[in-house]
Amino acid sequence: MLTPELNCSFLGMNLTNPLVLASGILGTSPSLMERMALSGAAAITSKSCGPEARAGHPNPVTVAWDCGVLNAIGLTNPGARAEVPLLRETKQRLAALGVPLFASIFAPRLEDYGEVARIIAEAEPDLIEVNISCPNVASEFGTPFSASAESAAAVTRTVRKAVNLPISIKLAPNVPEISLIAQAVVEEGADAITAINTMPAMLIDATAAKPVLSNRTGGLSGPALKPIALRCVYEIAQAVSVPIIGTGGLSSGIDAAEMLMAGATLVGIGSVVINDGPSVFSRICTELATFMKDNGYAQLGDVRGKALT
Amino acid sequence: MNPVGLFSAFRVQQKRTENAYTCSLVLNDSLPDALPGQFVMAWLPGIDERPFSLSDNDPVRITVADVGSFSHALNQLQPGDYLWLRGPLGRGFISRGRSHLLLGGGYGAAPLSFLAKSLCAQGNQVGVCLGARSRADLLLVEEFSSLGCQVWLATEDGSAGKQGLLTALLPEAQNALKPETVYACGPIGMLTTMAAWARTAGLPAQLSFEGVMRCGVGLCGSCELPETTCQQLGLAPGFLVCHDGPVGEISPNHFS
Ligand SMILES: Cc1cc2nc3c(=O)[nH]c(=O)nc-3n(C[C@H](O)[C@H](O)[C@H](O)COP(=O)(O)OP(=O)(O)OC[C@H]3O[C@@H](n4cnc5c(N)ncnc54)[C@H](O)[C@@H]3O)c2cc1C
Ligand SMILES: Cc1cc2nc3c(=O)[nH]c(=O)nc-3n(C[C@H](O)[C@H](O)[C@H](O)COP(=O)(O)O)c2cc1C
Ligand code: FES
Repeated sequence: MLTPELNCSFLGMNLTNPLVLASGILGTSPSLMERMALSGAAAITSKSCGPEARAGHPNPVTVAWDCGVLNAIGLTNPGARAEVPLLRETKQRLAALGVPLFASIFAPRLEDYGEVARIIAEAEPDLIEVNISCPNVASEFGTPFSASAESAAAVTRTVRKAVNLPISIKLAPNVPEISLIAQAVVEEGADAITAINTMPAMLIDATAAKPVLSNRTGGLSGPALKPIALRCVYEIAQAVSVPIIGTGGLSSGIDAAEMLMAGATLVGIGSVVINDGPSVFSRICTELATFMKDNGYAQLGDVRGKALT
Repeated sequence: MNPVGLFSAFRVQQKRTENAYTCSLVLNDSLPDALPGQFVMAWLPGIDERPFSLSDNDPVRITVADVGSFSHALNQLQPGDYLWLRGPLGRGFISRGRSHLLLGGGYGAAPLSFLAKSLCAQGNQVGVCLGARSRADLLLVEEFSSLGCQVWLATEDGSAGKQGLLTALLPEAQNALKPETVYACGPIGMLTTMAAWARTAGLPAQLSFEGVMRCGVGLCGSCELPETTCQQLGLAPGFLVCHDGPVGEISPNHFS
């Protein structure tokens, strides 16, 4: 059999493989995003950016243990105005490599989402990913907009009105029925769905008798998240027909295949960067191609949704 | 996922005063497989968490200059107190050749003492140049001497060794030692001067960089070296101090 094809199309964009760098993983500067693209990421998501500059939470902000990563970075970003030239520069460098740029945004209040989206749109990213699901700022911002279909729909409506670019809404796993939220945002004009963000969690150090993160709670990612992410994407894929960027706990080509089988069009790669560094993308691509070859899949379309039927 | 990613609790076994504002904390255990040049994230619950190089690993020792609130809190620890570490993190120094020149500015001497100890134990020839503002600011001079290293000193006020910048010692040390590799840790200006000199001398250089550490494991992007620094030194852009470093290797023909 010939070498399987990893190229795919997503909202009219042609990607060389289905791997997307997830938001918040090294998406902080043009040089780092270019480095990740050169390492084999077929699309790059920038770190979430909000209306104002934020330093983020004090250390410790990240720990890793056997089954994954716990982080509460606290949405560190330079603010939308300062982000625009960084994203412009990034877009230029990525365009030279044929790699699309997905710009992630967040806002503390519903009414700010439109404004942040309008400002970020000036950098002409290929897509705006709307982060409504960061679990690490609830003490400042209140319950995330991802918590109910109504609030998720309201954010989608606001961003949809503000920009003409494609938008993907990033959902949280900790809701009773994620498919209802997916339907609500698609009805308001979401072009895609990114699922999932991290799961709220805590680690306590017994000798210190204290939570390990300064924010006390954080977002769980990495291998422990994979079964939750697969279940969420599987349910979303049955409820809506827009493409899904399936993200959460993927560390190998076989993990990526499983996420595609759950119905994802693209797969997000995040915490596993901790083990391999940027070279993780070429490893996962090679493993995915080997898996497809060994199991008689000629192209990604044959793998996608395979577990749904 | 990452065996070094969580904190382990250590106790301070011994505290050694190095100068008026620097102490070494000797802990009660070593870190498996730690290499010279690697660092730990040291945590005091409720206070903060910051990066420190290992200045020894048999058992773990960190050498801390009191420059602000967290390093001050570390300087207040007493034998018996807990200190939490995650690590060893990052990439350390790699021994190349048999004759080595080490250059330490300020608390940059800390990781070099661990490196010198391991190089000397393998029977290598080791020379060390140390620099500070004045005699009272120098660190670990006796330790390097007692390891058997040849030591050169420079102080800005001339109170010990040669008067002037540390990098002024390089020609003399090179003549005496004929090093095959140079290693440096200190302020960024010192590192770039050193790299320029190493290129002229045709020597490979290993430089230990600093960055603002948050995740410490290559996820958040906070510790990235400025692109201009990377360009100047011939490092690939997007160099992450916690993941690609702290030690970056500069080959003599790559520096521009
Ligand atoms: C890889 C590495 C190894 C280091 N090894 C040593 C060592 O062996 N001995 C030693 O005395 N110091 C070492 N440092 C420096 C040490 O981490 C800082 O001095 C310490 O963070 C200061 O904290 P503070 O609260 O006392 O001071 P602050 O008042 O917070 O700041 C003083 C200076 O510390 C630096 N700093 C602030 N936040 C951070 C951060 N999150 N990460 C890194 N630097 C920061 C800034 O340059 C600042 O100007 C090392 C730093 C790095 C990156
Ligand atoms: C250190 C870190 C920072 C993150 N920052 C963001 C962020 O700014 N915006 C966002 O939408 N998701 C953020 N995430 C979530 C990831 O994009 C991803 O959804 C999640 O980590 C699950 O994927 P993974 O298991 O492959 O890491 C972050 C995750 C980590 C580990
Ligand atoms: S400190 Fe987070 S990438 Fe280096």
